[in-house]
Amino acid sequence: MNQRLTTAQAMDGREGTTHEVAPDSRRRARRARRLRQGTVALALVAPAALAYLVFVLRPIVLTFQYSLYKWNGVGASTWAGLSNYAALVKNPDLSGSIVHAFELILFFSIIPVALGLFTANTIRGFAASKIALVSRTVLFVPQIIPLVAAGIMWSWLLSSNGVVNQILRLVGLGGITRAWLGDFSTALPAVGVIGAWVLFGLCMLLLLAGMSKIDPALYEAARIDGAGSWREFFAITLPSVRQELGVCLTVTVINALASFDIIYISTQGGPGNTTLVPGLEIFYLAFSQRQVGMASALAVALMVLVLAVVLPLQRITRDSDS
Amino acid sequence: MSRRRGLTRWAVLTAFLAVGSLTATACSAPGGGATAPTPQATNGGAGTATAAAAPTCGTAPVTLNTYIETGFPLPKDLADEFTKQYPNVMFNIREDQFAVITQNAPRVLADDPPDLMRLPQMSELAKEGLLLNLDSYAKAFGWDTWPASQLEQMRVDSSGRRGDGPLYAMGLNFSMTGVFYNKTLAQKIGMTQPPATLAEFDALLQKAKDAGIVPIAQFNGGATGGFAFPLQDLMVSYGPAGPINDWIYQKPGATIDTPTNLQAAQHLQQWVKSGYFANDVNSMDYATMMSRFIAGQSLFIFDGDWESGNLDKQMAGNAGFFLMPPATAGGKYGAMSAPLTYGIAAKAPHADCAAFFLNWVATNEKARTIDVQVGGSHPMGPVDAFMPTIDANTVTAQTLAAGAQVGKDNGSMDFIANATGAIYAKSWTPNLQKLAAGQEDAATLLKSVQADYLTQIGS
Repeated sequence: MNQRLTTAQAMDGREGTTHEVAPDSRRRARRARRLRQGTVALALVAPAALAYLVFVLRPIVLTFQYSLYKWNGVGASTWAGLSNYAALVKNPDLSGSIVHAFELILFFSIIPVALGLFTANTIRGFAASKIALVSRTVLFVPQIIPLVAAGIMWSWLLSSNGVVNQILRLVGLGGITRAWLGDFSTALPAVGVIGAWVLFGLCMLLLLAGMSKIDPALYEAARIDGAGSWREFFAITLPSVRQELGVCLTVTVINALASFDIIYISTQGGPGNTTLVPGLEIFYLAFSQRQVGMASALAVALMVLVLAVVLPLQRITRDSDS
Repeated sequence: MSRRRGLTRWAVLTAFLAVGSLTATACSAPGGGATAPTPQATNGGAGTATAAAAPTCGTAPVTLNTYIETGFPLPKDLADEFTKQYPNVMFNIREDQFAVITQNAPRVLADDPPDLMRLPQMSELAKEGLLLNLDSYAKAFGWDTWPASQLEQMRVDSSGRRGDGPLYAMGLNFSMTGVFYNKTLAQKIGMTQPPATLAEFDALLQKAKDAGIVPIAQFNGGATGGFAFPLQDLMVSYGPAGPINDWIYQKPGATIDTPTNLQAAQHLQQWVKSGYFANDVNSMDYATMMSRFIAGQSLFIFDGDWESGNLDKQMAGNAGFFLMPPATAGGKYGAMSAPLTYGIAAKAPHADCAAFFLNWVATNEKARTIDVQVGGSHPMGPVDAFMPTIDANTVTAQTLAAGAQVGKDNGSMDFIANATGAIYAKSWTPNLQKLAAGQEDAATLLKSVQADYLTQIGS
């Protein structure tokens, strides 16, 4: 290892002068071996890198390029400069959709994470028993159901004669029944509930995995010191799962800001744009209105927005860990 | 450390080169390479000039690639009958929902050109040169001798404005809209004949409500703005159809915000306030509306005669139809009426045969019978063409009779949802949903739609 390092330093040239004792031929042989090793490494990385380039980086670059044009997706395009971005700011539909996305964070992130913490902590108490296994499985199931199926199922449940309203009538709350997904004041929260239901299982499982790593001795020590379960939770459990919490928040916040499928299936942005989110708007712009340039501009803006929210989130959870 | 730095440099350099080469293609403007074909250049065998003899499907085996809307049996039944009569012609049918067809249309027409395709709003498709100019066929088959109003909506000029210019599509039939009612429920509230005036209609709605019957189920949920049906019916009840058509065809200076249209929108708003609509219209999709109506859960729906055949089957003898009554007794009748448009891709390999099929649908007796019995709507074609006999008790017979009435009163209009490619999804739908929820009044509705319209046709 040392030898290799030296060689590398020699090749690097900057600090290598003192080490350049090897004769030219040996140096060339080493250089060749290094190159070979490098080539092997590159060859191993290449397929993944290529896929990443073709399917991730290239579309991003192209999206950015499209966002600078006025283009209907088929015919000739005209250069538009930054006018698509300017239009984004002016369009009230678009700014409204971004507000909705932030409102969804409450349902897609905060509620699932809070509930996940609570459930995981409860299950941790009887982690070894069969009940824990069953409840874990049951609560995780929504995560493996395709979002489209979840959307369809929930739009039945929430319809005017759906199970939700039937139960409400059964318990004498017939007065508040309504078409939850078709009401201006409840459509967005109703969509949020679907998201919370889907994402709750993921958060619970991640947090439970985090909690299972905690050394039981910590809890014993705390109990000896007279800590109650409340205290245990805040002093031991919560700090120990900070990283998992970070992952949960990141994933769910991205889900909220970039949501599409659940909403496309359940409300399609209606009624009256109350559940319109950027993901849906991008889709409508590109495929219904055929304004590919505008759709691309919104996509770029959405990507920047997601990064702007998620990167600080990452920093917070990382920093406090180190 | 420095070895790693060396490797990193390598990787960065390679990646840079790779990104460079991959995005080099991106340097040219998107869509520039694939220039839109001009209809004439790709007319294939048809040729705009050589239209002396009407084209046929020949005798060699032909497979027509056909892209249709799912959920309606008419195109398939017609295709089957055609294959029976012309055994060398087979159909390769792909089905999608109308929304999907709308989204796919330009791509499909450009990349995988079908010989026959159900078309969405077609201004842009024609403008982009994706659709075959059918003028030569119209001359060869004599379509230009049919009533001009049948083909008007399928003409698009070079700026994408409809109503005039070359013909870019053909109808399998032309549909018409109005009010369907459930006869059993109508009896319960003492409705013995269709209302003759708007006031009579209002009285019926109130009677139904008082009897605990949902007066109207109307789809208006999700991305659908089905309130456009009653609204436009009310518009033609209060005013003439002409100015509405002008607006749809984007005639200069046309506006939807006219005094009579305002009266119509206010009337609709009054219906909402009076509770004449089901309370969950804003989450009701088209299929739900149909199933509720068929199950007898609402007295009226605003819909089109494409359901006539279906209703004759599913509620035989129990469904009735009337045109929206005029605001004053003795006034003229009007209705939305539009052809079930099918187009031929500009690059379609079997354009001649596809055109021959479209002509056959309009002129063959068997085809016209299927058109009426399965499709429920009036076939295209000359005024004096063959019509199948229909049982007078069916709702199909009533819709056909209503069609004749509209023709007589010159009250046929295109759909207000077809004015621009985006007006329905981006303007009518959200605004009508707001009206249905009491979030917006009639005046605001028309003002917002007009503003959106101007932005859309301006861009």
